[in-house]
Amino acid sequence: MTTIDIDHTSRWFGNVVAVNDVTMHIGPGVTGLLGPNGAGKSTLINMMGGFLAPSTGTVTLDGAPIWQNEQVYKQIGVVPEREAMYDFLTGREFVVANAELHGLDDAAAQRALATVEMEYAQDRKISTYSKGMRQRVKMASALVHDPSVLLLDEPFNGMDPRQRMQLMDLLRRMGDDGRTVLFSSHILEEVEQLASHIEVVVAGRHAASGDFRKIRRLMTDRPHRYVVRSSDDRALAAALIADPSTAGIEVDLKEGVLRIQAVDFGRFTELLPQVARENGIRLLTVSPSDESLESVFSYLVAA
Amino acid sequence: MYNPTVARLTYRALLGRRRALILCGLPVLLIVLSVAVRAFTGLDDKVAADLLGGFALATMVPLIGVIAGTGAIGPEIDDGSIVYLLSKPVKRPTIIMTKLIVAIGVTMAFSAIPTLIAGFILNGNGQQIAVAYTVAALVASIAYSALFLLLGTVSRHAVVFGLVYALIWESLFGSLVSGAKTLSVQQWALSIAEKIAGEGYVDATVALPTAVVLLSVVTVGATVYAGQKLRRLTLAGEE
Repeated sequence: MTTIDIDHTSRWFGNVVAVNDVTMHIGPGVTGLLGPNGAGKSTLINMMGGFLAPSTGTVTLDGAPIWQNEQVYKQIGVVPEREAMYDFLTGREFVVANAELHGLDDAAAQRALATVEMEYAQDRKISTYSKGMRQRVKMASALVHDPSVLLLDEPFNGMDPRQRMQLMDLLRRMGDDGRTVLFSSHILEEVEQLASHIEVVVAGRHAASGDFRKIRRLMTDRPHRYVVRSSDDRALAAALIADPSTAGIEVDLKEGVLRIQAVDFGRFTELLPQVARENGIRLLTVSPSDESLESVFSYLVAA
Repeated sequence: MYNPTVARLTYRALLGRRRALILCGLPVLLIVLSVAVRAFTGLDDKVAADLLGGFALATMVPLIGVIAGTGAIGPEIDDGSIVYLLSKPVKRPTIIMTKLIVAIGVTMAFSAIPTLIAGFILNGNGQQIAVAYTVAALVASIAYSALFLLLGTVSRHAVVFGLVYALIWESLFGSLVSGAKTLSVQQWALSIAEKIAGEGYVDATVALPTAVVLLSVVTVGATVYAGQKLRRLTLAGEE
């Protein structure tokens, strides 16, 4: 059993704080590192992969520091986000080279290529590969030494749905085997489908941690904002504000709309049509105004 | 201190496509020049020494050194593919040593061998001039490779800095300003050539013991420092 511990770790580049006092513990199973672009996911993964020194705090693998410690790579496999590989090699040559660097033979490389189902194209130059094929060969190069920890930075970027499912199956299997699998993503659905455990980072901070149901609930329970147009805005506003599911309503005369802040998402969605019917008001538009992932995330930071 | 897999990847990157063409260009030019000079001026020891000193050692060797030295590691760091070497239980100084050996091999092959051939074309190794400059090219290949490998490790603009050093410092200042000559790989190599060639054909400004010490210090120092730099290399990602 192998675990990665990030303890009160910060990392800054000049004046920019990329990771701000994060503490997390990544254990066996599949963990999703979720956050919007620029949240510090890659910085965290680079520190876990030993490619970046923490400015403060420690990042350790079973207690041993990862930075400047080549021995950790006997246990860690890394799938970087960047596309660049040794494009002048064939897929097989590339994976064999990775195996050799681990002191392993061609058989290990061949096994890894079979695992990612790339045997059919293994003798083609990497420069001719599609993005999904590259991703799978990168994956094979990371699996070649049968690592107990696998770190993947945005592994599903650029994959078609079938390749995505294949990779998800593979990662799920590895997690079930008791390996520590950590992948980053900015897409909630991806993380939800695959990860049993989720770590959310927003603007360099550790915003939430737990299983996806807990995170989902946090996301659902946040204050929701709606823009509503109706046949009688003031009457509707008066009726809604009487209920505790609504925290505030603004009558926007210029736009001719109501701006409603709901605190109890479930109750509000039931209440709105009910109140309208009882008061004989016609609802013309009901639209959520802050469903962007960024606003969901920023709520999590505050929570 | 040598990893055959790292060496293979480095060779293939260095000798692939465009870079190999550039590496071949200067030696071909040297040999064409030699044939032309021999045809027009006939056998002349002084002219042979001038062409090998002025073009082969002063221009071709440092330029090939820049291409091989920076090319052995710079592009991998630039595009991030070095991550596949770094994420392995291989000591970082071993990676540097291996790349240095490859860079030296390539620089020697593309600079010393053409120098020897050109020397024989020019005056059939009269006064030991061809051998003297070939040895100088071999020695310079080691120091240039170490220097430019370090440059490729620390800077994204390694080729530019390398060219500035090779062309402006070595060729221009090295020939004009006497102080710059003491700190010039070309002059160190010349001091060795001076001992081999006949009296009066090679003129070095640095004494041999000084040259040997400086060559060793620069080569070892640059290599150790590059190893340290690679241990601390950070990949910041694309965020």
